[in-house]
Amino acid sequence: MHEARPHASRASSGVELGIHTAYPGLRGDTEAMSNVDLARIQFAMTSIYHFLFVPVTIGLAFLTAILQTVWHRRGNDEYRRLTRFFGTLLVINIAVGVVTGLVQEFQFGMNWSAYSRLVGDVFGAPLAMEGLAAFFLEATFLGVWIFGWDRLPRRIHLAAIWAVAVGASLSAAFILAANSWMQHPVGYTNNATTGRPQLNDIWAVMTNPVFLWGYTHVLLAALATACVVMLAVSAWQLRRGRHRQVFARSAKLSLVVLAPTMILAMFVGSELGVVEARYQPMKIAAAEAQWETCQPCSFSVFQIGGGNNDQTPTKIIALPHLLSLLATNHWNGQVVGLNEVNAQYQQQYGPGNYVPNVFIQYWSMRLMAYTAVLILLLSLWGLWQMRRGKLETSRRFLWLATWAVFLPIIMNTAGWMLTESGRQPWLVQGIMKTADGVSPSVGTSAIVVSLIVFFLLYLVLAIVDVVLMMRYARRELPPAPTEEAAEPPIPAAIQ
Amino acid sequence: MSLVNVWFILIAVLWTGFFVLEGFDFGVGILHRHLARDEPDRMTIISTIGPLWDGNEVWLVVAGAAMFAAFPGWYATMFSALYLALALVLVALILRGVAFEFRGRDESTRWRHTWSILLMIGSIVAPFLIGVALGDLLNGLPIGADQEYTGNFWDLLQPYALWVGITLLSICVLHGATFIALKTTGEVRDRARRLARRAAPVTAVIVTVFAIWTHVVADKGVLLNLVEVAAILAVLGAVWLIGEGRDGWAFTVTTFVMASTVVAIFTELFPRVMVSTNGAATDLTISNTASGSYSLKLMTVIFVVLFPVVAAYQAWSYHAFRRRLSRAEFEDPTEE
Ligand code: HDD
Ligand code: HEM
Ligand code: HEM
Repeated sequence: MHEARPHASRASSGVELGIHTAYPGLRGDTEAMSNVDLARIQFAMTSIYHFLFVPVTIGLAFLTAILQTVWHRRGNDEYRRLTRFFGTLLVINIAVGVVTGLVQEFQFGMNWSAYSRLVGDVFGAPLAMEGLAAFFLEATFLGVWIFGWDRLPRRIHLAAIWAVAVGASLSAAFILAANSWMQHPVGYTNNATTGRPQLNDIWAVMTNPVFLWGYTHVLLAALATACVVMLAVSAWQLRRGRHRQVFARSAKLSLVVLAPTMILAMFVGSELGVVEARYQPMKIAAAEAQWETCQPCSFSVFQIGGGNNDQTPTKIIALPHLLSLLATNHWNGQVVGLNEVNAQYQQQYGPGNYVPNVFIQYWSMRLMAYTAVLILLLSLWGLWQMRRGKLETSRRFLWLATWAVFLPIIMNTAGWMLTESGRQPWLVQGIMKTADGVSPSVGTSAIVVSLIVFFLLYLVLAIVDVVLMMRYARRELPPAPTEEAAEPPIPAAIQ
Repeated sequence: MSLVNVWFILIAVLWTGFFVLEGFDFGVGILHRHLARDEPDRMTIISTIGPLWDGNEVWLVVAGAAMFAAFPGWYATMFSALYLALALVLVALILRGVAFEFRGRDESTRWRHTWSILLMIGSIVAPFLIGVALGDLLNGLPIGADQEYTGNFWDLLQPYALWVGITLLSICVLHGATFIALKTTGEVRDRARRLARRAAPVTAVIVTVFAIWTHVVADKGVLLNLVEVAAILAVLGAVWLIGEGRDGWAFTVTTFVMASTVVAIFTELFPRVMVSTNGAATDLTISNTASGSYSLKLMTVIFVVLFPVVAAYQAWSYHAFRRRLSRAEFEDPTEE
């Protein structure tokens, strides 16, 4: 596999640095940050930020489309008002998602030029398809939808919001195909002269098991995220006793979708774990801080220690067999320990440390899973209240449902930390190390400047966005039309 | 024709499409304060591109992604070489993008004023710096044998490159003015036409200098190539047609000015994609930066299938919002 790392020689200084820094242990390193660290921080920051908005867009576009479809079918004006209400939230959210997506697109070339040069042949194709197949669709019809109220035939206007929803989910498909290829490279050969991976089977890339399970998981996660947002907003309004009847409808819609979505997401997530355990055994072993091979393996609910410097954690409440089940689907399955995989990789790829940051892995996994359980319980409670006909009046439930809006954010971010940090020290599993992917021509000061600028800019955007979202989430519903023609001809977004 | 050539052309088409479409969006952003007397005016002007600008911006996303996919070496070197400039472009595009959405979300004059200014600055900075970037491709940058950039930030700011930035910026202003004239009524329209009439001769001078300078920089024989001649003719045509006062023709001709200007850079570049100041051996070309044939074939199929569909629905959206806007519609902004 050595020919798969053609840049090893050029970036040799980076390799030394990289192996040292590719697992930023929580071990009190005091040395100055390298370009690799800075570029990673920048990528992590901008990706996490982008992904605060993306799942809300994907999910809320579908929910809004459903609301509008119900209005279209039944002609019940309450659904039109709900469509406009949640549509406004969707539009504010998309604005930030779109502009931060631009940063993502440019960043590969800016900060990771060695990486882009090496794998652009494979990685670029899905990105280009994403633009052509998804972003054009989403962006064009979003404009059509926002400005088309009362101007386009209703059927076409309805089709526009569905096009937005489809476009948003498609864009996730292609970017995840690209990301999954980094987790588990398939469908390529190594070009003997350039030493670069070359695409030779797009079908393999698009049927990569990591992609199929991962994409399903992300779509479900996005839907769940949006349901929680809709539920939280409706709950806030219900607590204020506003438009009881109308917001009870949206609360019910979100609950009915949320519960099954969560169950599916958890099921798919555990399958994803099995798939990952096969292709990236480090990731899953690190998620359980499993240093030595075990069989059967227990799952600890909580532990103390067990990071990169401490291989003997004190497990608190170990659930026997659960890890075996999660990682292999078998009651007595074997999970290969970090030390053994590390030794294996050292033989295969040369000396170095191939263990990701165990602390991040362990806790991000738990954060995601525990939060998921909380949301599931919340949704079941809500459904039960709904059955008893007490949804609109149960103050305790409504209060909790409002604050639950933070849970999916935590869950999504933790999930990505698990995915991306668990890939370290690889940038592309088995092909390129993160330390070798960084742009050799970009100076430290340039990265520092851009990091600070993006940080401040994103901070301001976050504040403005949160203020606006809160304001619109707390507004009264748009009025019911007294006569059809009283509808203002000016779309909300340009006021 | 081999697929490498095809992809060079397609990338040129995508960049051209971006500047033709987003060009008037930039122009509108730049002019929306200048051509307005009050808030309803500003709302009228911004609304002319309200439903369109986001779809137009995707041309940039796709142009970048297509470079990544078809010529990874080009994408890698260009984007890392232009690091700080592109970071600024991103900041400009971010501020501009959210300004469209945020501006109208609060009644206060200060709020609207702030986002208006940001919209304007973003619309100036983005086309200017992207123009500088395109100029740098042709003008030449220090590039090593390993295809990595060896210069610093100041190496990007060469006179020719700055001129390309100025050229594209001035065309954006003119293009925006003819677009506003085409899409509005009443006084706003009159002001836009007057501004276009005054801006056209200035732009004509700038574009003519650009065309000649481009040819000199490229150093390919004495005679201007066809596209450069077309650019000069188009911009002279613009002076004349804008003077005639027919909105449709004026906008058509500024479209041609923009297209021929961008295409001129790419024709002089071909078959190189980034000129190196360290001698022709270190030039990046379509062949030493391209992806393998499988990728190119795949992408060609995808492009051929999808692009006509995209073009069709984008054209439809333009058609759906073809109506002129008048300020009367915005005089009493009703809250939703
Ligand atoms: C609502 C959101 C949500 C919920 C309920 C869950 N997850 Fe998740 N999870 C994500 C949101 C998410 C995510 C943010 O969408 C990730 C990040 C990358 C990805 O593919 O999805 C993710 C990644 C991710 C990964 C890493 C995949 C990789 O490395 O490629 C695993 C193993 C799991 N999840 C497993 C689970 C399990 C066992 C869950 C059940 C408790 C679970 N997830 C619930
Ligand atoms: C699906 C598209 C994505 C791709 C192609 C991608 C790719 C990358 C790349 C190239 C890096 C930098 C190199 C590295 O540190 O390994 C990285 C790091 C990172 N990304 Fe992603 N990423 C994607 C999505 C996300 C999302 C949505 C998030 C967060 C919500 C995320 C979180 C991170 C984090 C936290 C790191 C830093 C990991 C570390 O350095 O330890 N990624 N990713
Ligand atoms: C799992 C990770 C990601 C998903 C699911 C995702 C999905 C999306 C979605 C749905 C949008 C539409 C706007 C919105 O956010 O609301 C969007 C915008 C965008 N994303 Fe991401 N994205 C991810 C990560 C990335 C990465 C790593 C890139 C870099 C290539 C990227 C590039 C973009 C671009 C360029 C846009 C703007 C498109 C426009 O102008 O309409 N995204 N993304």
